[in-house]
Amino acid sequence: MNDSLNSTMVPTPFRVQRVRRETHDTFTLELRPPDGSRTLPFAPGQFNMLYMFGVGEVPISISGDPSHPERIVHTTRVVGTVTRAMHTLKPSDSLGVRGPFGTPWPVEKAYGSDIMIIAGGIGLAPLRPAVYQILSQREKFGKVVILSGTRTPADILFRKEMEQWRSRFDVDLFTTVDRAMSGWKGNVGVVTTLISRAPVDPQNSVAMVCGPEVMMRFTVMELQKRGIGGDRIYVSMERNMKCGLGLCGHCQYGPTFVCKDGPVYPFNRIKDYFAIREI
Amino acid sequence: MENLEQLLEHHPFFKGLEPKHIKLVAGCGSNVKFEAGEFLFKEGEEANAFFILRRGKIAVEAFAAERGSIIIDTLNDGDILGWSWLIPPYNWHFDAKAVELTRAVALDARCLRTKCEEDHDLGYELLKRFAQIIEDRLQATRIQLLDLYSVSS
Amino acid sequence: MFTVDRTNVDQLFRLLQQKGYTLIGPTVRDGALILDAISSASDLPVGWTDDQGPAHYRLRRRDDASLFGYSVGAHSWKRYLFPPAVKLVDARRQGRSMDCTSPSPDSASQGTPLKKYAFIGVKPCELNAILIQDKVFLGSGTVDPFYKAARERLFIVAANCTQASGTCFCASMDAGPRAQRGFDLAITEVAGKQHYFVIDAGSKKGTEILLELPHRKSSQQELDEAARRVQKATDQMGRQLDTAGVRDLLLKNPEHPRWEEVSQRCLNCANCTLVCPTCFCSSVEDTTDLAGKTAERWRRWDSCFTLDFSYIHGGCIRSSGKSRFRQWMTHKLASWNDQFGSSGCVGCGRCITWCPVGIDITEEVRAIRGTKRQEQLMHS
Repeated sequence: MNDSLNSTMVPTPFRVQRVRRETHDTFTLELRPPDGSRTLPFAPGQFNMLYMFGVGEVPISISGDPSHPERIVHTTRVVGTVTRAMHTLKPSDSLGVRGPFGTPWPVEKAYGSDIMIIAGGIGLAPLRPAVYQILSQREKFGKVVILSGTRTPADILFRKEMEQWRSRFDVDLFTTVDRAMSGWKGNVGVVTTLISRAPVDPQNSVAMVCGPEVMMRFTVMELQKRGIGGDRIYVSMERNMKCGLGLCGHCQYGPTFVCKDGPVYPFNRIKDYFAIREI
Repeated sequence: MENLEQLLEHHPFFKGLEPKHIKLVAGCGSNVKFEAGEFLFKEGEEANAFFILRRGKIAVEAFAAERGSIIIDTLNDGDILGWSWLIPPYNWHFDAKAVELTRAVALDARCLRTKCEEDHDLGYELLKRFAQIIEDRLQATRIQLLDLYSVSS
Repeated sequence: MFTVDRTNVDQLFRLLQQKGYTLIGPTVRDGALILDAISSASDLPVGWTDDQGPAHYRLRRRDDASLFGYSVGAHSWKRYLFPPAVKLVDARRQGRSMDCTSPSPDSASQGTPLKKYAFIGVKPCELNAILIQDKVFLGSGTVDPFYKAARERLFIVAANCTQASGTCFCASMDAGPRAQRGFDLAITEVAGKQHYFVIDAGSKKGTEILLELPHRKSSQQELDEAARRVQKATDQMGRQLDTAGVRDLLLKNPEHPRWEEVSQRCLNCANCTLVCPTCFCSSVEDTTDLAGKTAERWRRWDSCFTLDFSYIHGGCIRSSGKSRFRQWMTHKLASWNDQFGSSGCVGCGRCITWCPVGIDITEEVRAIRGTKRQEQLMHS
């Protein structure tokens, strides 16, 4: 086995421990190292390269709890050949892993601040480890506000946990959907409409944003309207990746490599490229 | 009506409005309450009020024969509901239904329209504020149209 | 500085071969210079030179018997250090288990054992390209084991340029025509009535070889003549690129109308990236046997001009030709500085020569700068 899973192009086979169907097109895999003793420590926001035998390899963010590095948890959506193949995995099947790669959410930097976690769709998956880490040391933060938007109520991820978070007195959780049938008790409207009512102090808040790029663009505008500075807004970018090592060139975003300079960036670092199309 | 005047004065929507205008607006207002499931108004009805939501949640819905009622927006504490009262022929375009017990201030449209006609300064101030709300909703709707979280695979 | 006569060049080659090196050098094939295994000086393009211009390349006879009297062909040395195809992973499946192993870098290159190469006649622009790829593959945080294995056992005989082509602009990029560092031996050829080489050793390995070769201390006249020939190459450069502030110029002009204009001509054929001696992008391809028992992962050269390059679920980030051209040129001349501390261009001119429609990177920079097109002197 390789000494380090994040400096090599050779995947290490892990075993599927559990498969959980989240929504009609998303699922969560829990992986265990083959020898059982190995752990794969990671920071919230990082990703692994997951290899399906003979099919290919894709970058998938880690959605598990960083305090349990023996359980490698990934939540993904069926969007292409590799994730479609992954969707067929059953417990005890093998999956190759390289990682973890990339920059983390600034959880420690945000000590003492109000926190805004803003997720669009599957973007909640890479934010979940940050939520775990924040809630495990809840006293170190001011307000903790979670804003989550999905297309329909059926697309809401991690329902059970969301309810747990919602029921906590020290977390403000707001969800919204783009469309719902009459009888839906929650909010309808895009996630950006929740920002103006989030009970945080804009002068002392850190926002962590993950979702499709267009959603993040409107979210950042709304956050800035509320007076949250670009040095305290963090976004997680996505680009094609083949290596995760900064060598294959695919994930270039401006002068940066998303695989090692990202995926989590302070908005100020990339603000010059954020609005440029097809960069 | 002193209570209502204070309430309006502190509401962001009326921020900066002269006291005499607040008084005029408050003169058209009344406290209302809707139980969960109760309609505030329905599509096609005469738009004879707008609402300042104090506490609760309102769903704005459209009815599609083959699909039933579809929620197109929800409004919460502090939000302003309704602008059809401003624009002839003063009919509601959508249904508004309380999702939960909702308390609001209803402002009588005829009363307000008359006062706006008599005092164009008041009319201008109100229109400015409604224009902002209409713009916010339009932008939100446009973003909603983008289907932000979708993926074509 | 020492002088070695033409008659002893084969002796140099023999010495290198005796030390286990496989010699790679330019040679003529199908009317063009390519890089391939050579065994003696006669395999070199003796008495040949090249005419190059935008979308133009022809070999032509010289009136002397120079061994290195040309600029560069389509091949660059990167194909030996960063081969077009490398096997990264052997995977086997047994039941529900999987096993992944890495082919040793020593045997990774297309299944054949990695050779100890001596590059013969590396032009200074090429040498600088190797030094740039060193930063990418060895000096940017993650080491590419395949590159490292090939690079560590490499012997470089650089050949200072005495002949520049119509698309050359290494002088603008501070990458030639004289090799400054990074070589084991650097030679300057003087071909005339007397045919000799002024040689400089740049490493211990180089010095050892040089000492075993019949040599003499260079005379001042020989040194002057060698310097004069290199200066001639500088004067011959067919192109210039004004590098002052070019990073900011490109990064700050992503919406310049010139990108659209050039994309109307660009065929998105990826030739420029394949001939470029510094382009390092790669993709990974998966294959399986028919039984589904074994699988392989191969790294292959990729190009930012393909649609696949920026594909993420559902679509391509750079779907227009404009954005792909902009990515290539902005990366090469601008963001490369942020990533690796230097420009990614050495002025070898290949992208101009081998572009089927003759797009000229120096011209594009000028256009974005807003200066008027100036007719470049073309001569050889």
